Amino acid sequence: MNAKSMNAIYASRARKDKIVRVLCFAAAAFGLLWLSLILFTLLWNGLAGLSPTVFTEMTPPPGSKTGGLANAIFGSIVMTVIGVGIGAPLGLLAGTYLAEYGRYEKLSFYVRFINDILLSAPSIVIGLFIYGAVVVPMGGFSAFAGSLALAVIVVPVVVRTTEDMLLLVPNQLREAASALGLPRSYVIRSIAYKAARTGLITGVLLATARVMGETAPLLFTALSNQFWNMNLMTTMANLPVTINNFVQSPYEYWRQLAWTGALLITLAVLALNVIARLLDAERKKT
Amino acid sequence: MAAQDPVPATKPFDRARALASFKLGDTTFYWLTRLSAIAVLLILGGIILSLAVGAWPAIQTFGFDFLVTRRWAPQIEPTPILGALGPIYGTLVTSFLAMLIAVPVGIGIAIFLTEFCPTLLRRPVGIAIELLAGIPSIIYGMWGFFILAPFMTDNVQPFFINLFDGVPVLETIFAGPPSYLSLFNASVVLAIMILPFITAISRDVFATVPPMLKESAYGLGCTTWEVVRNVVIPYTRAGVLGGVMLALGRALGETMAVTFIIGNSFKISGSIFAPGTTISAAIASEFAEASGVHMSALILLGLLLFVLTFIVLSSARLMLARLEAAAGR
Repeated sequence: MNAKSMNAIYASRARKDKIVRVLCFAAAAFGLLWLSLILFTLLWNGLAGLSPTVFTEMTPPPGSKTGGLANAIFGSIVMTVIGVGIGAPLGLLAGTYLAEYGRYEKLSFYVRFINDILLSAPSIVIGLFIYGAVVVPMGGFSAFAGSLALAVIVVPVVVRTTEDMLLLVPNQLREAASALGLPRSYVIRSIAYKAARTGLITGVLLATARVMGETAPLLFTALSNQFWNMNLMTTMANLPVTINNFVQSPYEYWRQLAWTGALLITLAVLALNVIARLLDAERKKT
Repeated sequence: MAAQDPVPATKPFDRARALASFKLGDTTFYWLTRLSAIAVLLILGGIILSLAVGAWPAIQTFGFDFLVTRRWAPQIEPTPILGALGPIYGTLVTSFLAMLIAVPVGIGIAIFLTEFCPTLLRRPVGIAIELLAGIPSIIYGMWGFFILAPFMTDNVQPFFINLFDGVPVLETIFAGPPSYLSLFNASVVLAIMILPFITAISRDVFATVPPMLKESAYGLGCTTWEVVRNVVIPYTRAGVLGGVMLALGRALGETMAVTFIIGNSFKISGSIFAPGTTISAAIASEFAEASGVHMSALILLGLLLFVLTFIVLSSARLMLARLEAAAGR
C-alpha cells in the first residue's frame, strides 16, 4: 500500500472521529438544554409565587385568590416520615440478612431478584396494591394507607443499599470481633453497622428523596384534603396530589401554587440528594 | 442489648446465664432479619394477590376478550364494554418513541462525558445529570403540560406533518392535525425524563472499563471513536443493555409524566399526533369516578402493567446475569 492511500485512510478515520465527536457534543448540549430549561422554568414560575403565606395558609377553595400549601406541606412531611419509619427498618434488616447471614443462600438469590423487580416496579401499581390491601378493608382513604404505599417503595431501595454497603465492610473486621468471642448478632450490630454507618444513612436519605415526590401511589390511598388534618385515619393533603389537582385546574392562582409546590418538592429532593452525596464522599475518603 | 447490662457485683458471675442471653439475642436478631428478607417476597406476593382479587370481576366478565377489544365504554348499562387494546397500544407506542429518542442521546451524553468532555467539566456535568435523575416525575409532567406541549404542538408537529406529507406509510404515522394532547408530546416528556437515567447508568458502566485496555488501544493508534467502538462498547455491552431495559421498565410504568398531556382517549389512531392513553394514565385519570366492573377493569389494567414490566425487568436481569457469566468464563 502506498503512502497516498494510507493518507486517505488516516483522513477518513480522523473524519469519522470528528463526526462522532460533534454528534456526542450535540447530544450533550441537547440533553442539558432541556434539563436546564426545566430547572429554569421551575425556578422562574415557582419563585414568583413564593411568599410566607404559602407556609402559613391552607390550600384555597376553588376560585379563591389567597391561600397557601401549609396543610399539604405538613401532610407530605408526615407521610414521608411514617413511610420511611416503617420501610427503612424493614429494608435494613432484610439487607442485613442478605449481606450477613444468607450471603450465598438460595433464599437470598430469590429475595435479591424480587427486590430488584420491586425497585423498578411502577409506583401506580403499588398504589393499586395498597388500595386493595388497606383502603378497601379499612373502609376509606387515609394518610396511613398513603404512608404504607410509600413504605413499600422505600423497602427495596434500602435493602439494596444496605446489602451493598455491608458487603464493603472488610471481613477481617468481622473475623477479629468473632475471635474475641462476640456472638454473630453483636458482630453485625456493633462492628458491621458501625463500619458501614454513613453508607446506611445515605441509603435511607436516597429512599426518602425517592418517595418525597411520589404522586401516583398517593392518588388512590391518601387522596387529598382541603383542610388542616392531623388524623392519620382520614384523607390528608400532600404536595404531590395537590400539585396534580391544581395543574389541571382552570384557576390561575391554583396553577401558581402548583408551580410553587413543585419548586418546594424539587428543592427538598435535591437537598437530600446533595446531603447523601456529601456523606458518600465522606465515606469514600475514610 | 441485654449484654450491655453490667452484672451486679454482689452476685457471682453467672456464665451460663450470660451465654444464654447472648444466644437469645443472637437467635432473635437472626430471625428478625430472615423474616424481613422473607417479607420482601411477601410484598411481591401481596401485590399480585391483591391485584388479582381486585381484577377478578373484570376477568370473569370480559375474559380473554379484554386484551383484544378496542372499545372502552364504561357508561353502557348494565354491563359496560371495556377493552385494554387502546391503553396497551398507547403504552407500547409512547415507550418505544421515548426510547427511540432517549437511548441514542443518553448514550451519546455518556460517551461525551467519559471520553470527550474536558476533565474540568466532567464532575459537575455528571453530578447535574445524577441529580436530575432524582427529580420526581410529576415535575416533568407539569413542565410538559405547561411548557413543552404548547411548543411541540406549534412548532415541531407541523414540521413533521409537512415533511412527510405525501410519503406513503409515514404520511399516516405523522398525520395531522397537530394536537396539544397527543402520544407524541407524551413520548417526548417521557424521553426527557428517562434521559438522565440512561446517561447515569451508561456512564457508570463505561467507567468500569479498565484504563489499561483503552490505553493499549490508543497505543496502537486508535482514534477516540475507534476506542469507544471497539473497546468500550464491546466491554460494556451487557451493562448498557441492562440499563436500557431498566429505563424501558420505567417508561412503561410511568404515570405522572404522561397523564396530563396524553389526552386519555381510548381510540387507536395510526397517527402519533393523535390523543391516546397509556395503561397507567388510564388508571390515574379514571380511578376516582370508577366503580363496579369499571373499577375492576382498571385494576386488571394495573395487573397487566405489572406483568408487562415484570417480564421486561426480569429478562433484563436474567440477560445481564447470563452475559456476566459468559464474560466470567
